[in-house]
Amino acid sequence: MEPTNIFDPNYFHKVVDCQWACPAHTPVPEYIRLIAQERYTEAYMLNWDSNVFPGVLGRTCDRPCEPACRRVRTEETPVAICRLKRVAADNKGDVTAFMPQVPTEKNGKRIALIGAGPASLAVARDLLPLGYEVHLFEQDKKGGGFMRSQIPAFRLPERVLDEEVDRILDMGVHCHFGQEITSMKAMMDMNFDAYFVGTGAPRGRDLELKGREEVDKHIHIGIDWLSSVAFGHITEIKGKVIVMGGGNTAMDCCRTSLRLGAESVSVVVRSAFEVMKASEWEKDDAMREGIPIINNRPPKEFVHKDGKLQGVLFECVTPVKGEDGRLRYEPSGEPDVFIEADHVLMAIGQDNHCPWIERDLGIEFDKWDCPTLDEVTLQTTNPKVFFGGDSAFGPENIIWASAHAHRAAISIHLFCEDQDLIADRPPEGVNLISTKMGVHEWAYDAEHNAASRHIVPLNEEKTALTNIRVEVELGFDQVLAEKEAQRCLNCDVQTVFTEILCIECDACVDICPMDCISFVANEDEEPLRMQLMAPADNKEQDIYVSDVLKTTRVMVKDEDVCLHCGLCAERCPTNAWDMQRSIVHVPQLGSYAE
Amino acid sequence: MTFVAKPRVHHPKLPVNEIGLTRRDYEGSVSTLCAGCGHDSVSAAIVQACAELSLPPHRFAKVSGIGCSSKTPSYFLNKSHGFNSVHGRMPSVMTGSNLANRDLIGVGVSGDGDSASIGFGQFAHIVRRSINMLYLVDNNGTYGLTKGQFSATNDKGSTSKKGVPNLYEPIDLVSSALQIGASFVARSFSGDKKQLVPLIKAALMHKGMAFIDVISPCVAFNNHSGSTKSYEFVRDHIHNVMDADLIMTHDEVTADYAEGTREDVSMPDGSTLQLYKVDADYDPYDRVGALNYVQRMQEKGEVVTGLLYVNPDAVECHDIMDTVSRPLNELTEADLCPGSDTLAALNQRYR
Ligand SMILES: Cc1cc2nc3c(=O)[nH]c(=O)nc-3n(C[C@H](O)[C@H](O)[C@H](O)COP(=O)(O)OP(=O)(O)OC[C@H]3O[C@@H](n4cnc5c(N)ncnc54)[C@H](O)[C@@H]3O)c2cc1C
Ligand SMILES: Cc1ncc(C[n+]2csc(CCOP(=O)(O)OP(=O)(O)O)c2C)c(N)n1
Ligand code: SF4
Ligand code: SF4
Ligand code: SF4
Ligand SMILES: [Mg+2]
Repeated sequence: MEPTNIFDPNYFHKVVDCQWACPAHTPVPEYIRLIAQERYTEAYMLNWDSNVFPGVLGRTCDRPCEPACRRVRTEETPVAICRLKRVAADNKGDVTAFMPQVPTEKNGKRIALIGAGPASLAVARDLLPLGYEVHLFEQDKKGGGFMRSQIPAFRLPERVLDEEVDRILDMGVHCHFGQEITSMKAMMDMNFDAYFVGTGAPRGRDLELKGREEVDKHIHIGIDWLSSVAFGHITEIKGKVIVMGGGNTAMDCCRTSLRLGAESVSVVVRSAFEVMKASEWEKDDAMREGIPIINNRPPKEFVHKDGKLQGVLFECVTPVKGEDGRLRYEPSGEPDVFIEADHVLMAIGQDNHCPWIERDLGIEFDKWDCPTLDEVTLQTTNPKVFFGGDSAFGPENIIWASAHAHRAAISIHLFCEDQDLIADRPPEGVNLISTKMGVHEWAYDAEHNAASRHIVPLNEEKTALTNIRVEVELGFDQVLAEKEAQRCLNCDVQTVFTEILCIECDACVDICPMDCISFVANEDEEPLRMQLMAPADNKEQDIYVSDVLKTTRVMVKDEDVCLHCGLCAERCPTNAWDMQRSIVHVPQLGSYAE
Repeated sequence: MTFVAKPRVHHPKLPVNEIGLTRRDYEGSVSTLCAGCGHDSVSAAIVQACAELSLPPHRFAKVSGIGCSSKTPSYFLNKSHGFNSVHGRMPSVMTGSNLANRDLIGVGVSGDGDSASIGFGQFAHIVRRSINMLYLVDNNGTYGLTKGQFSATNDKGSTSKKGVPNLYEPIDLVSSALQIGASFVARSFSGDKKQLVPLIKAALMHKGMAFIDVISPCVAFNNHSGSTKSYEFVRDHIHNVMDADLIMTHDEVTADYAEGTREDVSMPDGSTLQLYKVDADYDPYDRVGALNYVQRMQEKGEVVTGLLYVNPDAVECHDIMDTVSRPLNELTEADLCPGSDTLAALNQRYR
């Protein structure tokens, strides 16, 4: 293999599994270290810079970082990355002094943001410090989008959301709230320099089924029902409730029903438990609250009498794994099941829906009503119009909305500056800084901590289940947070190898607890991966190959399960190994970290 | 010296051996030797060999003398018995241990100072007695622990770190072991585990005295350009004649050697000693030939490595003395004092 180019910004970025997996590339290990040092405000700001809503995300993030966390591969449970973020938000001091300066003198460009969800808000945050005049149009009375209308208060208290939404609005956004946009053409006639569409994926799916029409008033579209609850139009649900669907919306619907007084709640899913869309922890939360999840039951019919819903009839199926590894469902032979119900909440997915965008404005849409977009720039076929968040590629989550926003903001800025959206995009970069402080002293806590993941303390069930405004999770206190923070392996402190210093003494090979380092004859990648101290069969993880050494061998390090404990560097007599912190520069407008 | 403790966690795919242990279960405490010391690689090789042979880690007797090398038994097999004895006295303690309990696997680790200077007499006699053990010397040509004086194995003309040449003839422990009667004699290099680990495995299963001289560079005092025991010099002058490996009955036999170069020798315990001729003309059963060859190559400044001599039918001290098969320390008073009737019968024979 060719020697690895460690100055390729992506090389070490990939080693920081959590940061790589985070759509907004939040520098996770750095904020975790700050939390361990009780520097909560700085930890918060580092997060705010990359993901814009640390208090919200520390409670609700979909956390793609956690399944990616190296700790899953070394010891099974990931670091509680998400809940540590909340600790930074809960314990931070006054952040006003750290906020970016917004110039009073504007740059003369006016930008319209449509929809006040996380995507638009984050675009506003990125553009304001550059002097843009930002106008935000929203049909609701307040900003926040689905964060406000969908995520129940027992998961996300209103004050946490208000604080982070207001922080952006207070930077000088021109808010046009309570104003539904019904024509994009009318918007374009207002001659803004650019438009960002962040209207989400607002249409909840319905199910055409026998009896549906007759019992319409007992059947509710999950997301519409949740927003009615959020805005106080619905305050109770009586009788027996069935929630149909296996995603996160279903989990929020069932837990909300429980708190609004339902006599019984069950979730019925057409598919198998393992393939449900809901995150593991959301399923766990629902089940912990005593809500049964019934799988492999596609609905057949709404059973009603005298115009009143009696319940739902379900078919019984068994999942069978096909040759392609996917599940198919066959009738199980059991008789149909009838489940009594007074209400059915339909949580079977959402779609994009932009009927208000006229189709003659040069903005192309595909057959799923999604706009045709450049994946990097998020520009539509009309150069003035950009999309981001759920409206771009269909329903995702808040962290993706933030990530899209950073990308779109760069594009809007380049567009307004008459620059090329691809060629002139700021590049990614990486800096490497040695952490060596003395013979056996490093600027990070290298010692491996073998503790297993700490559990987040919860509110007492009695209060939590009766009041929708009581937050279920209490969050880590500072002591638990410090302990959990110590579990982080500091994957951004990289093992950097200098060929000419190595005397091939094997000391690093012998000391490495994870058998990551080998000195072998060079070969092509495939055979080389199998020649190592331990086979490097996780192809998703790179191997780090040195230039040819004196003995004609090469040093090969499998990054897969490296603990970043620094023992190789401690043991090396010649400092051929050094532990260097990699700082990845993810392009972003007006970044606080830069 | 390392300050960060080695984490207990290991590679998720680390192989488990026949007795359910991983290589990590054969380690010792964290080494306090200089970073890069060859001795640490030798310890790692011992760990690997014992793990691959699935030997029970608590059934070893590790004995050593004094020196950096003699400290190393602390760094492997920390579940076993050990005795860190006096300078040059490993052989007498090991002899005692082996006589008392022949069931323990004897591993003696010594240095060139420990074995070729103060302990040279002890070395000669334990070899001569054919104690059933692995006698391993971490040979760095210097007294590492006492800060770098020339040892007796340092080559004439080789210089100290400050450039002063050594004026005396070296003692070659391999030649001495051959001459005095060791039944397994090998030399290797700490920087070549591919060769060293199989040699240690073969030595551990050999019956009788198995001696391995391991050139093991001292990074602190004897790894400079004038040294003949540096990583660089050894790598440039190594001449391997014969690889050996030990295949247990449960091992998969992989033969990636050219046809006709491999020879299998059955061992009394059912395992197989495999010899791979690197130098086709070399005869590992010819003691005098080996002695000549090693000496001649040494004249040329070459370091001959590999399994240099083996006698698979060797006898060990307990055979020579015809002791009982049960370890002596297990014999009870009843075994040792068969009673007055037996004594009377015995006496009767001399009347
Ligand atoms: C029940 C539920 C629970 C969820 N839980 C989580 C969670 O825990 N974590 C997570 O990360 N994600 C969660 N999500 C997903 C997440 O809320 C969305 O992915 C995210 O809010 C998308 O952000 P956005 O800015 O693209 O759009 P949205 O948040 O949907 O905001 C769009 C805004 O545009 C406004 N709007 C739409 N059309 C118009 C118009 N024509 N005129 C004016 N205004 C308009 C809407 O009123 C809304 O305020 C959840 C979603 C649902 C449905
Ligand atoms: C009776 C006695 N004499 C002298 C010493 C001092 N001494 C300690 S270690 C050593 C030499 C060690 O050399 P070697 O066996 O080669 O070990 P190395 O440190 O090189 O591995 C000497 C002379 C001693 N400890 N005891
Ligand atoms: S151990 Fe820490 S740095 Fe490494 S992937 Fe997990 S959270 Fe990120
Ligand atoms: S410890 Fe240092 S000098 Fe020794 S092999 Fe490793 S990198 Fe090379
Ligand atoms: S002084 Fe030499 S022999 Fe002793 S530990 Fe250091 S490198 Fe090894
Ligand atoms: Mg020595």
